[in-house]
Amino acid sequence: MLNVSWTRIYAILTKETQQLRRDRLSSGMIIGMPVVMCLLFGYAINTDVRHLKAAVADQANTQLSRQLIIDAQASQVLDIIGSVHTGKEIKELLDAGKIRVGILIPHDFERRLEQKDRPAAQLLIDGSDPTILGAARSLTSITLNNMAGSVTSPTKLFEVRNYYNAERRSAVFIVPGLIGVIVTMTMILFTAVAIVRERERGNLELLINTPVRTGELMIGKVIPYIVIGLVQVTLILLLAIILFQVPINGAVIDIYLAALIFITANLMMGLVISTFAKSQFQAMQMTFFFFLPSILLSGFMFPFDGMPAAAQYLAEVLPLTHFLRLIRGIILKGANIGQMMWDMYALFVFALVTLGLAIARFKKRLE
Amino acid sequence: MNAELAIESHDLTRRFGKLTAVDHLAMRVPRNMIYGFLGPNGSGKSTTIRMLCGLLTPSEGTVNVLGHKVPGDAELLKQKIGYMTQRFSLYDDLTVMENLQFIARVYSLPKAKQLRRIEKALQTYFLSDRTRQFAGTLSGGQKQRLALACATLHKPELLFLDEPTSAVDPQSRRDFWESLFRLVHKGTTILVSTHYMDEAERCHRLAILDHGRMVADGSPQQLMDTITTTVVEIASASPQDAHDALQEKEGIASVTQLGQRLRVLVEKSIDDPIAHVKTFLKHANVDAQAEITRASLEDVFVASTHKQVSDAER
Repeated sequence: MLNVSWTRIYAILTKETQQLRRDRLSSGMIIGMPVVMCLLFGYAINTDVRHLKAAVADQANTQLSRQLIIDAQASQVLDIIGSVHTGKEIKELLDAGKIRVGILIPHDFERRLEQKDRPAAQLLIDGSDPTILGAARSLTSITLNNMAGSVTSPTKLFEVRNYYNAERRSAVFIVPGLIGVIVTMTMILFTAVAIVRERERGNLELLINTPVRTGELMIGKVIPYIVIGLVQVTLILLLAIILFQVPINGAVIDIYLAALIFITANLMMGLVISTFAKSQFQAMQMTFFFFLPSILLSGFMFPFDGMPAAAQYLAEVLPLTHFLRLIRGIILKGANIGQMMWDMYALFVFALVTLGLAIARFKKRLE
Repeated sequence: MNAELAIESHDLTRRFGKLTAVDHLAMRVPRNMIYGFLGPNGSGKSTTIRMLCGLLTPSEGTVNVLGHKVPGDAELLKQKIGYMTQRFSLYDDLTVMENLQFIARVYSLPKAKQLRRIEKALQTYFLSDRTRQFAGTLSGGQKQRLALACATLHKPELLFLDEPTSAVDPQSRRDFWESLFRLVHKGTTILVSTHYMDEAERCHRLAILDHGRMVADGSPQQLMDTITTTVVEIASASPQDAHDALQEKEGIASVTQLGQRLRVLVEKSIDDPIAHVKTFLKHANVDAQAEITRASLEDVFVASTHKQVSDAER
C-alpha cells in the first residue's frame, strides 16, 4: 500500500489546476476575497472607541464642574452634543438612542468631592454594547483621576503602557489576524467541495475505477491550493504593509512556515467535510459551521483570555487559535518560531489527524 | 477458477434495503468475446457491473474477475479493467486532450508511451481535430468515442460498458460496435449492458436479466432456437381487435403489435398453437390469418421476462 505513485498525484494535481483556472468564480475568490476583506476589516473594524455622543446635566454649574466637562471632552472619547437639566432627560435621550453616554453632576457636587465615600458625579452609559461600556468606563477612571488631582494629591495607582501597538491602531492588530481568517475561509471552502463536486458531476464513478489511491487523490487535490494559500498570504501581507503600515517585526520565513502548516491543516479539514457532505450546498453549510466558532473563539474578535475555561479548551482544537498566536507573535512581537513550537506542533497534529480521517472516510466505493 | 473465464460469479446478490437488485446471479463469462447483458431498466445490469468492478460490495456471493477476488482484491484489478459509465463521467471542463492526458497519467503510462497511445486513440476514435475542444461541448457520439478512448487507453484485458450507446444516433452506434469488434480481435473481453435488441444480437453471448435474475444465457442463436414459446404471426385487417381478443388469454404469453401484424407468443404446452389462437379470434369475430414463424431475439426477451413476471404474480 505504500508504493505512492507521483505520476498519479501529478495527474490529479494537473487536472485540479486546469479546472481551477477555468473556474472564474473560484479564481476571483482567490484574489478578490483577501483584498475586499482586508480593506473592509482593516478600515472598518475599530475597537478603539472614540467620539461617543454624550449629553451633560450640570446641576452644580461651578468652576470645578465645568472643568470636569472640559476634561471629559478633551479625552476625545466623548462628543458632548447637548446639555440638559435633569437625570430624567438624560435617560430619555439614552432610551431614544440619541446619546450613548450621559454625565450628571448634582447640585452638591463640590461637597461630595470632599466626602470621599460618596461618588461625586454620575456617568449614565448605554450598556447594550460592551465595547462602548468598556470605553466609557475607562473614561470614568481618567476624569476622576484628573478631578482628584485638582483637589487632593495626585497618586496614580497604575501607569498604563501599551506594548506592541503603541498607537493603539486596530488595523495593526486586526490585519495580521485577517491572514488567518481569510485563509481559513477560502481553503476550507475549496477542498470541502472538492470531492462532493466530483460526485455531483458524475466524475467520481470513473475516478474510483482508476488505480489512483485515496491518499494520492487527497494529496493531489491539496497541493494546488497550498500554492494558492501562500499567494493569498503574500497578498494580505503586502496590503498590510502598504495600506496599514503594519510593522513586520519578525522573520518573513517564519511567517511563511507558520502559514504553510496552517494552510495545510485547513485544506485537510475541508477534505474531511467533503467526505461527509452529500452535496456542495451541504459542504458549504458545514464549512460555516466550522468557520464561525473559528472566528469567535480563536481570539480574532474577542480576547482569548476572557473566555471561560471550557471555551478555551475548545478553541485550542481550532487551527485559527494557534495561527493567530503565531502570526501576531511573529509580526507584532518579532518572536521567532522556535519560541512558539507548541502552536506549530498543534497545527501539524491537526493536519495529520484530519488527513487520516479523510482517507479513512473516503472509500473507493459507491455505497 | 477456469483460466478460460474472465468473470465467474456464484450466488452474486445485492440488496438495497428491501429491494433485491441482483438475485443469486451465477455468471460465467469466457475470455475474448463480447458478452451482453440484456434487460429492462431496473433489472440489475448496472448494479452487477458495479459489483464486478468492486464499486459495490455484494450482499452475498463470490466474484472472481481475471483471477482476482472482488471486492477484496479490487485495487489490483483496476489496472487491468476499463469501465465506461452509463453517464458521461469525464471532465466537462477539460479539453479532449487534457482528459486523455489525465487518464494516461492516472494509469501510470510511461511518458513516451503516453504520447503514442493518445495519438493512436485520437485517430482510432476520430477525435484528432477535436483535441482542444472542451469535453462538455462534444456531441453525444463524440463524447461516447472519447469515453471509449479513455476506457481503453491503458489497454485493459476486460472492458465494462454500461449502456454505452443510450445517447447516440444509429450511425454512431454502428461505428461504435465496429470499434468493439476490433478490440475483441486484439484479445479484449467486453461485457456490455444494453436494452437494444439489435445490439444484443451482435454479442457473442448474451445473458438476459430480469428483476435481478438471469433468465436466459447463451449465444443469441441458441436463445432463439431454444425459446420456450411458439411464435405465431397474425395478419388481420383489424389488428387492434385481434390484439384484444388474444390479450391475457390462457396459454398466450404475450401479444405484440407490429403495424398490421401481431406477434403472439404461445406456451409450448399448447399442442396446436395455430388452432389455439384461431379459437380466440373466432370467438371475438375477428378475421385473421395465422402462421408459425421463427423466433426473434425480442421474442426470446419477451418470453423470458414475461415468465418471470407471471412467476412473481403466482
